[in-house]
Amino acid sequence: MSTVFIALQTNDDTRPIIESIMADNPHARLNEAPAMVKIDAEGKLTVKRESIEERLGREFDLQELHINLISLSGNLDETDDELTLSWNS
Amino acid sequence: MDMQVAKKKLGLKERYALMTRDLGWDTTYQPMNKVFPQAEYEGIKIHDWSKWEDPFRLTMDAYWKYQAEKEKKLYAIIDAYAQNNGHLNVTDARYINAIKLFLNGISPLEYMAHRGFAGVGRQFPGVGTRVACLMQSLDEIRHSQTQIHAMSNYNKYYNGFHDYTTMIQRVWYLSVPRSFFDDAITAGPFEFMIAIGFSFEYVLTNLLFVPFVSGAAYNGDMGTMTFGFSAQSDEARHMTLGLECIKFMLEQDPANVPIVQRWIDKWAWRGYRVLTLVGMMMDYMLPKRVMSWKEAWEIYFEENGGALFNDLARYGIRPPKFLDQIAFDKDHISHQAWGTFYNYAAACNFHSWTPTDDEMDWLSAKYPNSFDKYYRPRLEHWREEAKKGNRFYNKTLPMLCQTCQIPMIFTEPGDPTKICYRESDYKGTKYHFCSDGCKDIFDHEPEKYIQSWLPVHQIYQGNCFNPGVDPTAPGFDALGAVLDYYNMAVGRDNLDFEGSEDQKNFEAWRGMATKNI
Ligand SMILES: [Fe+2]
Ligand SMILES: [Fe+2]
Repeated sequence: MSTVFIALQTNDDTRPIIESIMADNPHARLNEAPAMVKIDAEGKLTVKRESIEERLGREFDLQELHINLISLSGNLDETDDELTLSWNS
Repeated sequence: MDMQVAKKKLGLKERYALMTRDLGWDTTYQPMNKVFPQAEYEGIKIHDWSKWEDPFRLTMDAYWKYQAEKEKKLYAIIDAYAQNNGHLNVTDARYINAIKLFLNGISPLEYMAHRGFAGVGRQFPGVGTRVACLMQSLDEIRHSQTQIHAMSNYNKYYNGFHDYTTMIQRVWYLSVPRSFFDDAITAGPFEFMIAIGFSFEYVLTNLLFVPFVSGAAYNGDMGTMTFGFSAQSDEARHMTLGLECIKFMLEQDPANVPIVQRWIDKWAWRGYRVLTLVGMMMDYMLPKRVMSWKEAWEIYFEENGGALFNDLARYGIRPPKFLDQIAFDKDHISHQAWGTFYNYAAACNFHSWTPTDDEMDWLSAKYPNSFDKYYRPRLEHWREEAKKGNRFYNKTLPMLCQTCQIPMIFTEPGDPTKICYRESDYKGTKYHFCSDGCKDIFDHEPEKYIQSWLPVHQIYQGNCFNPGVDPTAPGFDALGAVLDYYNMAVGRDNLDFEGSEDQKNFEAWRGMATKNI
């Protein structure tokens, strides 16, 4: 299985997002670098709106991710409820 | 940030369908192939444009909303950084030379990317693709503008930032990034998408923006960190566009596969060559290092690119050519490039230097197979000579590769002690190349690459002097005349960092910032 990743800036906006991703993807690995994190996961990674909203205490539109997103890899699919990254092989 | 999330009447998919896909129509006053005249000549067959979809499903209204938010954040930080004399908090003034290279060599490419995406967006008959290209075109002009704004602050205090618009067109080493983009923008729309949207954005920009920008943060440069990450936040969308575009082309018709494969081979190599500059920035120009070029290459090219090409294998696509050589060269290219810029420091608009002892030790640890054996002795020799007052400046002009325009500095596959030379004869003229990769590209499109504007050839032909300069006058100083033409101030913008105006000013100003004088 290949690795997908998502990289985010580290700031107050992203702390609950990073926490949610790590909670929802127990197989993911968190790599911390200056001013950013890169989250690697074998095969597939899911970002869930509900989990972020729980931590944030307000409604969250997944497209807000664009503001602090640094990079990603994998085939992407986004709906109102979740964003997934995956490789087919 | 505390954004209001408006209650939506429609889901993301419906909104995307209505606000993007429904914006297009087929023309009736003129046939479609006259309205989109570049859509067919490259041989790419598209049967159904509606199959292309942006997986982010970003509509223009959402685009403006999030981009506005990014801009507000960016300018708040840039202003604060400038007001606070943030430039005096960078690790040391050598770092600023990496930013000079960025402004002079990379920001103009952002502007070319803006033009390129505006151009191809106009040429694609599919509306989803057109809207995504329009967004990317706007992103790219934003990148060039925010970079110029962020770096104009450095231009107030340091040398070498003053005339990047002239320099990108004239300076010898800047022809490398410039010709890369000129090559892409003069290709057809589909090739441009593979060149920039796929190869550059998806496979290679992570190497520039992620570890290097993280490095800027590590070196105290909040201005560069903020424009870098702000640009990179658009990049995630660009990479997705690049990947969707290639999958779309491969799915539409099996006849597209070999055409796309050739472009992947070409543009992976072209991009890889340009990134030599970034390798050198990471290994030599950041006083505090985040990771080595080689480590970044392994993460972002080998691991991530490997996953990507595994995924594309189902279409019959194989990884780019010359991967064995690329894998071998990751131990060498950054050192070979820095050695070259050290040599040619008299003709550069940024300073170079020999690494300190602890930096050499870091390089030894990161490059156990190559640094101590091939590169440390040379750097130590140069350092000794400089101490004796013989700082080495190479006054001859190098031979350039006809394709990538880099001087012939790279070594034979598998033998880092022997310079690699390749040549091709075309219509009675001999052309020279740095590698099999560059020769391969030329041999497939010689009519394009015989037109290359090679800085060294142009100097010898007398095309790089200001009007009125007489190269036949007694005692003519050719290098001085070329630097005038480049608009470089001799003794100020060029030469070694040691003893430079930047070095002295930074020391004096930092002193003033911490003491009452
Ligand atoms: Fe850009
Ligand atoms: Fe070359």
